[in-house]
Amino acid sequence: MSLLPTLIKACYFLAALLFILGLKRMSSPRTARGGIVWAGVGMLLAVLATFFLPDMHNRSLIVAAVLIGVSAAWWTGRRVAMTAMPQMVALYNGMGGGAAAAIGAVELIGYARALGLLHVVPDTSPLQPESWAINGLPPLLSPVELSLGVLGALIGTVSFSGSLVAFAKLQGWMDKRFVFPGQRVVNILLLAAAVVVGVVLASGHVSGPMIALFFVLALLFGLLMTLPIGGADMPVVISLYNAFTGLAVSFEGFVLGNEAMIIAGMVVGAAGTLLTQLMAKAMNRSIGNVLFGSFGAAAGGDAQ
Amino acid sequence: MIDGFLALYIFMLAAFCGYEIIARVPVILHTPLMSGSNFIHGIVLVGAMIALGHAQTPFEITIGFVGVLLGAGNAAGGYVVTERMLEMFKSSKPGAGKGDRG
Repeated sequence: MSLLPTLIKACYFLAALLFILGLKRMSSPRTARGGIVWAGVGMLLAVLATFFLPDMHNRSLIVAAVLIGVSAAWWTGRRVAMTAMPQMVALYNGMGGGAAAAIGAVELIGYARALGLLHVVPDTSPLQPESWAINGLPPLLSPVELSLGVLGALIGTVSFSGSLVAFAKLQGWMDKRFVFPGQRVVNILLLAAAVVVGVVLASGHVSGPMIALFFVLALLFGLLMTLPIGGADMPVVISLYNAFTGLAVSFEGFVLGNEAMIIAGMVVGAAGTLLTQLMAKAMNRSIGNVLFGSFGAAAGGDAQ
Repeated sequence: MIDGFLALYIFMLAAFCGYEIIARVPVILHTPLMSGSNFIHGIVLVGAMIALGHAQTPFEITIGFVGVLLGAGNAAGGYVVTERMLEMFKSSKPGAGKGDRG
C-alpha cells in the first residue's frame, strides 16, 4: 500500500474515533462544550482527506459546492434566534437525508448507465466488480451494495421530505395539521409501493423511469407521514428522522466503501433511536402514539 | 469494496457504541445531543464529495453537486447550531471555559 491511500484511511479512522469521543463528551454537561469541538476536528480531517482521494473528477465543482453550502448554513445558523433552534436542526437534518439520497441517486443512475452499455441484466449471483472494469466499463455494484444503496436512498429521502415538513411546521409556515380520511391506508400503500419499486431496483433491474418513480414515492411518503403530526410532537419526530439520516448515511457509506461514514452513520442511527425513545418517554408518550396518534380522537398531550 | 460480513460486524459494533453512549444521558442534554448527532451524520458530505467526484454525465454531476451542497449545509449548520446550544452550558465559574470556537 502506498503512502497517500494509507494516510487518507488513517484520517478517516481518526475522524470516526473523534466522532465517538466527541459524542461521548457531549453526553455529560461538564464536557459537552468540548465534545462538539472534537467532532468538528474529526469532520475537518475527513473532508480535507477526501480532496486527496485518487480518481476524483469535478474538483472545482466540489470546492464550489462545499464553499457555498458551508457559508450559507454557517450564516443562517449564526443568525437565527435561540428559540428557532429546533427547526434549524430539522432543516440541517433534512439536508443530510437529501445528501444521502443524492448519493444513492448518483450510484443508481451510474448503474443504469453501465447496464445500458452492457445490454444485459446481470444475474443475482454475487458479482466480482473488478471483472466488469476490464472492458473499460464502470465497475458495477455488487447485489449487496446495490440493495443497501437502495435502502439508504429510501430512508434518506423519507428523512429529507419529512424533515422539511417538520421545519416548515415549526417555522410557522404550515399551521394546520393536514388530515384526511383513510390517510393511514394511503401512507401504508405509498410505503409498500416504494418498497416494491426498491426491491425491483435492488434486484438489478435499474432504469431511469424506475429510479424516478422510486424517489417520487419515497418523497411523497415522507411528506404525508409527517403532515398530520402536531407541532408539540415535532422534537420527537425530528429525533427519529435524525436517526433515519444516520442509517441512510451508514448504508451509503457501505456502497462507497467509506468506513468513516459507516461508523459515524450507524452510531448516530443507534444513538438517535434511543434518544427518540427517551424523548418520547419524557413526554409520557410512545413513538407509535406520536406518529399515529393524530388518528384517534384521544391523541393525548397534543398542544395544537 | 468492503467484505460483507466485515461490514456487518462494523454495523453491529457501531450500533452498540451509539446505544451505550446515550444510555444514561440527563434530560437537559436531549436536544443538544440530537443536534450533535445531527452534526456527526454531516459526514455524508464526504460521501457526496466522492459521488460528485465519480459522476460523469451532466445529470449525475448536477445531482452530485446538489448532494454536496446539502451535505455541506448539514455539516456546517449542525456544527453552528450545536455549538450555540452548548454555549448555554458554559460553566458559571469565572475564567473557566473561555470561547474556543472554531
